[in-house]
Amino acid sequence: MLNASTLLLIPLLPLLSFLFISFIGKKYLPTLSGTISVLVLSASAILSLAVAYNYFFVVGMTNGFYQAIIPMKLEWLRFSPGVSIDMGIILDPISVMMLVVVTFISLMVHIYSLGYMKGEERFAVYYSFLDLFTFSMLGLVIASNLFQMYFFWELVGVSSYLLIGYYFTKPSAVAAAKKAFIVTRFADLGFLIGILVLSFHSGTLDIQTLIARLTTSDTTFYASATFTGFMGVSSLTWGLALVFIGGAGKSAMFPLHIWLPDAMEGPTPVSALIHAATMVVAGVYLVARLFPIYAISSPHLLELIGYIGIISSALAAIIACTQTDIKRVLAYSTISQIGYMLASLGVSTYGGLNGEGFSASMFHLFTHAFFKALLFLCAGSVIHYVHSNEVRDMGGLRKKMPITHLCFLLACLAIAGIPPLSGFFSKEEILAAAFAHNQTIFYIAWLTAGLTSFYMFRLYFLTFWNKDYVSHHDTHEHHSEGSWNMKLPLIILMLGAVGAGFVPFHHLITSDGQPYESEFHLNITLMAVGLSLFAIIIATIFYRKKNNLSDKISSSISQLYDFAYHKFYFDEVYQFVTQRILFNTIGALSSWFDKNIVNGAVNTTAFITEAFSETIKPLQSGKVQGYALAFLFGILGLIAILFFFNF
Amino acid sequence: MNISDWLPLRFEIALAVFILLQLVIKIFDIIRNNETWLHLNIALTFLIVLLGFTGNDTGSLFGGMFVSTSFINIEKTILAFATLLVLMQSYNWLKHHQHTPEFFILLLTALLGMFLMLSSNNILLFYLGLEMATIPVAALANFDLDKQRSPEAGMKMILSSAFSSGMLLFGISIFYGITGTLTLSSWQEMLRPGGLEVLALIFIMAGFGFKISLVPFHLWTADVYEGSPVAITAFLSVVSKGAVSFALARFLFNGVIMMQEVWIEILFLLSIVTMTVGNLFAIRQTNIKRFLAFSTVAQAGYILLGLAGDPVNAPTSVVYFILVYLFSNLAALGVVEAVLFATSKEDLDDYKGFYNSNKKLAIVLMLALFSLAGIPPTAGFFGKLFLFTSGIHSASLVWLLFASLNLVVSLYYYMRLVRMMFSENNEQPLASIQSPMLSRIALIVCSIGILFTGIFGGLYDFLHQLAK
Repeated sequence: MLNASTLLLIPLLPLLSFLFISFIGKKYLPTLSGTISVLVLSASAILSLAVAYNYFFVVGMTNGFYQAIIPMKLEWLRFSPGVSIDMGIILDPISVMMLVVVTFISLMVHIYSLGYMKGEERFAVYYSFLDLFTFSMLGLVIASNLFQMYFFWELVGVSSYLLIGYYFTKPSAVAAAKKAFIVTRFADLGFLIGILVLSFHSGTLDIQTLIARLTTSDTTFYASATFTGFMGVSSLTWGLALVFIGGAGKSAMFPLHIWLPDAMEGPTPVSALIHAATMVVAGVYLVARLFPIYAISSPHLLELIGYIGIISSALAAIIACTQTDIKRVLAYSTISQIGYMLASLGVSTYGGLNGEGFSASMFHLFTHAFFKALLFLCAGSVIHYVHSNEVRDMGGLRKKMPITHLCFLLACLAIAGIPPLSGFFSKEEILAAAFAHNQTIFYIAWLTAGLTSFYMFRLYFLTFWNKDYVSHHDTHEHHSEGSWNMKLPLIILMLGAVGAGFVPFHHLITSDGQPYESEFHLNITLMAVGLSLFAIIIATIFYRKKNNLSDKISSSISQLYDFAYHKFYFDEVYQFVTQRILFNTIGALSSWFDKNIVNGAVNTTAFITEAFSETIKPLQSGKVQGYALAFLFGILGLIAILFFFNF
Repeated sequence: MNISDWLPLRFEIALAVFILLQLVIKIFDIIRNNETWLHLNIALTFLIVLLGFTGNDTGSLFGGMFVSTSFINIEKTILAFATLLVLMQSYNWLKHHQHTPEFFILLLTALLGMFLMLSSNNILLFYLGLEMATIPVAALANFDLDKQRSPEAGMKMILSSAFSSGMLLFGISIFYGITGTLTLSSWQEMLRPGGLEVLALIFIMAGFGFKISLVPFHLWTADVYEGSPVAITAFLSVVSKGAVSFALARFLFNGVIMMQEVWIEILFLLSIVTMTVGNLFAIRQTNIKRFLAFSTVAQAGYILLGLAGDPVNAPTSVVYFILVYLFSNLAALGVVEAVLFATSKEDLDDYKGFYNSNKKLAIVLMLALFSLAGIPPTAGFFGKLFLFTSGIHSASLVWLLFASLNLVVSLYYYMRLVRMMFSENNEQPLASIQSPMLSRIALIVCSIGILFTGIFGGLYDFLHQLAK
């Protein structure tokens, strides 16, 4: 079962579907393309489940440890002897789990889109992009080589760019796609340089070899990476930090988060797939993939990552409390939950029970995929029904859309961490890990959990209760809450969101592959669940019925509210830096250079060139002398600099 | 001496024969039809490319003045291949030109000069090749006979090139004075860093810098690229730049390797200034040819980063990059040429909504821009990647950071053009354009190159083997 050809089918099937639709399906089978994609993805998902079963319960465990299996490795590009880029597959607990999550969520989104995107002009193109994305994401997950991972990482970026900009006639969508692309590309450069630094010192790009060489302190590689440094920090830490910047960009951590809320311009199912369940957790996955190096060789950096995670989490939760666009609230809640996962990694160490943060983080990644995808798909149904993203156009929808209502409610309970829904289990583990290792992170995480419950139920009540639903469109009373293909994924995901917590994660996925028994912490559970219930009650009082309580509160803390409402002015700061400082100053500088240096050189030397100009007057261009002069100054400059520093 | 001893010289002999043959044909006026000339030349250039695949004869001739290795052969093949693509892309323009035969003769002469330059182990032969590669191109820059900017471009090029040659010769003469020899391989052992040597090195590198448009020796570039016919812009920005980059790599690693720490400093300074200034100027351009001119200036900065590697990886990464860059830049210029010939429009704003009227051309241009910006999985990404990996050998972190920041800046303006083509409206959209078959083939070849050169993994390894 775990042979290379079966495994290769999992990513290759979506790729084939992408190629088929782009070259044949788009022209000849425009309406069937969706169905073809769904069938192909089902095959991938079934294969992934089979692989997961085989790995976890049949072959994965040897000597009480889950070992990594490399069923395939091909040399692809060779740099120099020893360093080569392979195309390989790695199977270990986290990659197998991700395979299941990605194919499963992608399948749900594929089915849902049959109804949601029905009648779109570029229906087939949409499906081809979805398949391309799924292929890239799967390639990223199973990469056995750091560079292979980077390659698919970029491909994921490109395909998400295509999907966000799917409505390419809408300027805001194009702008959002561009923003997402540039911000993540910027971060990816950090990733790339990080890879180069790590591989330069370790002499390999293979993930397993890399981990082996950079975690044992008696190797020459380790010595070379820790001995050299820059600004008092070792090259190893720099490399890891740069790699993390790449991860932070994709996972939308502060301050690189600005692209994610805007990315909501894409079709809603895309948000469910990319911006909730799969792509944005790539950063968490990346840190988890290299976790032994972070935990053993650079624990302080890991701690810093934990702080970045929890701060992102808290800030995003505060912003989410003030937003009124249903998808934006969900986007900020995604940032918040991913921050949680990183914080959990940050409080973990390698091995044994002290590695419970690692296990908890992966657990939360797993449960989050279900309830967040469910929330987005529900939001999609609501938007489909109301034709607006704004919660003020909603309200009172529970009777119109009973199934969506139930799903949304359960998902909210799950994200709020109410037992026995899935979010409860993973959050409890994260909080327990934080409590044991870093109290500061624990308390921020605990408060954030309260905020999470508050804004999720705020959103829930504003959408489904609050007031009676008044249609703004006369014509759409005829359509119900969606066709069967939109409801089916909701129900399946709901089952996941309810039941995913019962998976015994600490038996399956741990930092060192060895299962451990987790303890149940009654005090932490009571603290967390108590705060969540309290937050839910407050949200109920404020928002169940239309009243002015919330306005009163927000006006009494108006400054903080405004600050949060404007997302802490992050966008404005970036705008200021890029537009004012970067483009204006640099633009001004370069035009100044053009005017004064290039032309000025011509003008000030006019009297010298006068004599020459007689002979070359027919040219009607006095500039060549200026060029020659700049040339000469260039040489003189070089001479001055080199001689100043060398002799 | 039997005939096989001359095989290392086969590229040069073939080219010289072709040039003389065409001169005779022209003098006796045997062929009058421009299209026949075109077909003849495309076929001949194709033959030169094929020569690169026939056997692997290496050796030296003329008492060691001329050397040929399989790595140099590959470089020559790449240059001939680029010339072939340029000819195919300019099909329409050349078909209607009144001096087509002269165009070919001059162009092939320039190519011959480059070949000699690459193979020379003697600095005078090198200089001769360099001039031979430049002067005909300056004449060619003048070939848009009914445009005023064209003679200006030719004149500017020849003047500034004469100036740069002066600097280069000055540097060479100092080295000659120090060593008493003109042979590159003897310099290798005799030159050590010292005051006079560094001075000479700076002059020589400024001369090189002029040819590959490094800031601040680049000022001629924008005017010449804009004023010349697109075919010559393409030839200059790809073939000339490629040839001189190869020669620079050879000079640095075979001639002055002992002064490496000095020239790495020079490369560092020139590289960061070149990348930054090139990019910042590219942002402000409104003419697409000037825009591409400045973007190619910035690309040269990355080449310098690659040169900061070890003696095997540095030349390999540069050759690899030039190969990739050839596809990307020629694809972009090929589209510009098609548009210019059909509509006489060359402003960036004219490309708004380009996708609506010319789907295929817009996609080719998009691929080219992606590749120039270095977005994976296009070949351009791998080109930059190998330059970075080579450069990390001795480049400082500051240098790498500068290079990556510049990558982001360049991404901004390349993407801006892509966005213009795909999602903006144009009140006067470009007409739908029909290109001749050969030009279309050239664009298809470039697109395939962009898409597959990077993913086809063995190529770098192959070059790496040859460079050893």
